[in-house]
Amino acid sequence: MKKEPLIRLVKRDTLSVPKVVLIYAIAIVVSLMLSALICSLFSSKNPLAFFEALFNGALGSSRRVWLLLQDSALLLGVAVALVPAFKMKFWNLGGNGQILVGCLAAISCMFYLGGKIPDPLLIFIMTVASIAAGAIWGVLPAIFKAFFGTNESLFTLMLNYIATGLVAMFITIWVKSGSGVLEPLKAGNFPKLFGNRYLLTVLVFFVLTILMFIYLKYTKHGYEISVVGDSPNTAKYIGIDVKRVIIRTMLISGALAGIVGLFLAGGIHHTISTASANNMGFTAIMATWLAAFNPLIMMGTCFFIIFISRGMVEVRGSFGFTNDSVANIVIGLVYFCVIACSFFITYRVVFRKSNTKNAEADEVKGDKKV
Amino acid sequence: MKKQTVIELRGITKRFGTKVVANKNVSIDVKKGEILSILGENGCGKTTLMNMLAGIYYPDEGTILIRGEEASIRSPKDAFRYNIGMIHQHFKLIDVFTAAENIVLGADGNDKYDIKLAKNRISAMSEKYGFHIELDKKVHEMSVSEKQTVEIVKALYRGADVLILDEPTAVLTPQEIDRLFEVLRAMREDGKSVIIITHKLNEVMAISDRVTVLRKGEHVKTVNTTETNEKELADMMVGQKVVLNIDRPLPENPEIRLDVEGLSLMGSEGNMVLDDVSFSANSGEILGIAGIAGSGQRELLESIAGLHHLQKGSVTYYNPKKDKPITFYHKSFERVMELANEGMLRYSDGRDFTGKDENGKMLSKKSIRAQVEAGEIFFKEDEVINLREKTPLQIRELGVRFSFVPEDRLGMGLVGNMDIIDNMMLRSYRRGKSFFVDRKAPENLANEVIESLQVVTPSTHTPVRRLSGGNVQKVLVGREIAAGPRVLMAAYPVRGLDINSSYTIYNLLTEQKKNGVAVIFVGEDLDVLLALCDRILVVAGGKVMGTLDARMAKKEEIGLMMTGAVRGEEEKQEGGSL
Repeated sequence: MKKEPLIRLVKRDTLSVPKVVLIYAIAIVVSLMLSALICSLFSSKNPLAFFEALFNGALGSSRRVWLLLQDSALLLGVAVALVPAFKMKFWNLGGNGQILVGCLAAISCMFYLGGKIPDPLLIFIMTVASIAAGAIWGVLPAIFKAFFGTNESLFTLMLNYIATGLVAMFITIWVKSGSGVLEPLKAGNFPKLFGNRYLLTVLVFFVLTILMFIYLKYTKHGYEISVVGDSPNTAKYIGIDVKRVIIRTMLISGALAGIVGLFLAGGIHHTISTASANNMGFTAIMATWLAAFNPLIMMGTCFFIIFISRGMVEVRGSFGFTNDSVANIVIGLVYFCVIACSFFITYRVVFRKSNTKNAEADEVKGDKKV
Repeated sequence: MKKQTVIELRGITKRFGTKVVANKNVSIDVKKGEILSILGENGCGKTTLMNMLAGIYYPDEGTILIRGEEASIRSPKDAFRYNIGMIHQHFKLIDVFTAAENIVLGADGNDKYDIKLAKNRISAMSEKYGFHIELDKKVHEMSVSEKQTVEIVKALYRGADVLILDEPTAVLTPQEIDRLFEVLRAMREDGKSVIIITHKLNEVMAISDRVTVLRKGEHVKTVNTTETNEKELADMMVGQKVVLNIDRPLPENPEIRLDVEGLSLMGSEGNMVLDDVSFSANSGEILGIAGIAGSGQRELLESIAGLHHLQKGSVTYYNPKKDKPITFYHKSFERVMELANEGMLRYSDGRDFTGKDENGKMLSKKSIRAQVEAGEIFFKEDEVINLREKTPLQIRELGVRFSFVPEDRLGMGLVGNMDIIDNMMLRSYRRGKSFFVDRKAPENLANEVIESLQVVTPSTHTPVRRLSGGNVQKVLVGREIAAGPRVLMAAYPVRGLDINSSYTIYNLLTEQKKNGVAVIFVGEDLDVLLALCDRILVVAGGKVMGTLDARMAKKEEIGLMMTGAVRGEEEKQEGGSL
């Protein structure tokens, strides 16, 4: 006799939105509870203190709230840069490099032109330079992909290293002292908005996100991106110039990443190092995927990611962890749970000899076990 | 002498979903030391039946007896335990491994992975059956025929006594086929049983001892090869003529619309997918294309639609524009000027329109636009447009009204993740100068198509991949017809559709024909082709075998031509215009 397997996975029809939200909420709560347990295991503190420190770290003071918002906005900026490429199934892993060259272009303008021309003009030139630099870094792999069929993931990844190398080279040229650290530059700093130095960044990337949402959903370009991404054959059949779409989209993607670099240079650090991109090019990949490439949802995922990582800085301090490992474990755990729970959104777990009701119950149990 | 029965299938039924019955109550047997052919048209369930022996599928009903005992084959591994090996149409080899590594990979046995020992065994086996195999050659360096050899040896190495080959000759040259047949005969002499899935009659006659014919999932008959002939087999394969009640009016004023001359296309493997294909399609007529699947029908339509780079040949479109005003609806300004320079255009009073005034001075762009928009400029003759080397976009910009329902609906005609509205606007979204897409008109169109074709869908916002096959097809056909084509090409538009949906599609095509559209219909069901079409073009192996008048042609005649055995009498009946 043919035996039914013990555990079977059945693909679900679509789940309703509240249910999906619920599954994600459960995953987050479970992962945080696990994190609290782990942290209290490694120190002598009460697990509840974990939550206190986490929220304190993220929201403890108005400065912390603003920093949280600013960092979320920056990450969102990168996610917005990546999302058109990803919708097109062009796996742009070169966010870091595109941010860095954008930043480098702005810093170069600040370094060479600072003091020689008025600040508003300087900021304008910085903006143009950053956007152009990012766009070039984005379009190079696109051109090679479109005309020679190269693999975009490897190409964009490699460009990251070239960008890092370029930054290191310029720092060596600029910094004569041998410290390897470029002191913050005074010229070309962005103005405060209503006396708040964070607000401009937050606003700009908020607006860019809305624009990207509209671009993807309501414009002919956005429509072409979806067709090319979903079915290149259909694009060909319908007469869409696939090469053109790839190149155009990567120009936009790179340019937006360049704008993030611009804000790092002009708005926040006023200097540059090889680590200026803060790995956002990769973190943002997470944010876009978790949001299913919807820019509006990306606001939430970026906020969540930054919330956890800023909160963990405080947990680390108050729990007396001397290195990053525990914090990294926790961040990894949270990511893992959130990603893994999407499995339960796509599939239903059916156990042998169990009726549907039991299967439902098992499935919730399974979810918690993640 | 009665041979021992190795495998017996009793009343095997396999369904996919609730509607598709791939095999229905099939009972056949396989004897020791024989070559059995499973013959049938595409989609008749040959491969499905054999997949159940190979452990890919599990039958819904019926029993399989192996050497007299009831067997349950749940996986390819189980199949090997029963000494059954199957060589699939698409080889399952690891490219970067050598032949020997591929053969040994995953083989059972207590002896550890010992490539030397294995090589000796393989060499001995090769000698016995006459294989030519280089054991240290990497698979990606091999020809198709060599890869097939590796697959066969792999199956034998695992101890297969029953070897199933799915369309083994499809990708081989005649010489390679001869060599394969020698090997198969050697295996038969050794007492092995060989099953060949095929639709090629001449091969059936050449190699097999017995033939089992399947039609539409059912077992028609099993006969000894010596007691039959190609014609009888073809009859069994296509079945008796079924009377289909499809309205077929006579074509009204057929005019040549599309002319294809000497079209040749090379496939990715370097073989000729289309070889010197010539035909023409007329307005107000349905031209059927008949042939075994994979004979180049798909490539033919795609070539006309501008999706391939052709080796040879021409595709010409005759646009019935004589004495009609030129408009910007289908033509760009540049195209209008091009036509003016070619002397194709005139004013309503008969004077030539060349874009210049009486003194030979160029008219301003504005005044030309105004004249065209006022409908003062006319075509002198029908427009003749060369479509060779044109991309689909260029073809459209030339004002050629082609609609194309491709075979691969979700892979080529539609975007599965998009909803019905977004799919409706694939052809039209570029219209207008706006940066934004207009979803109003497509939404209306979506609602119209849903209503008139009775598409079953939760809403217009449902992604099309969630719809059933028939509804997906209705969405696609609906969109293509809504584009108001002059030439409508449809590849297997009723594949997978139930009878009612099929009739909806037939009626739509006939309606288009009545409206003067030149319809090209690639079909697989000969009964339908004979009942629906006006003329039938038969292709085999990328070549045109002939054109028949669908009102006169016999099913058997077409069946025989499809197998490439007989060329149709050219210039026969009214098909002589080709």
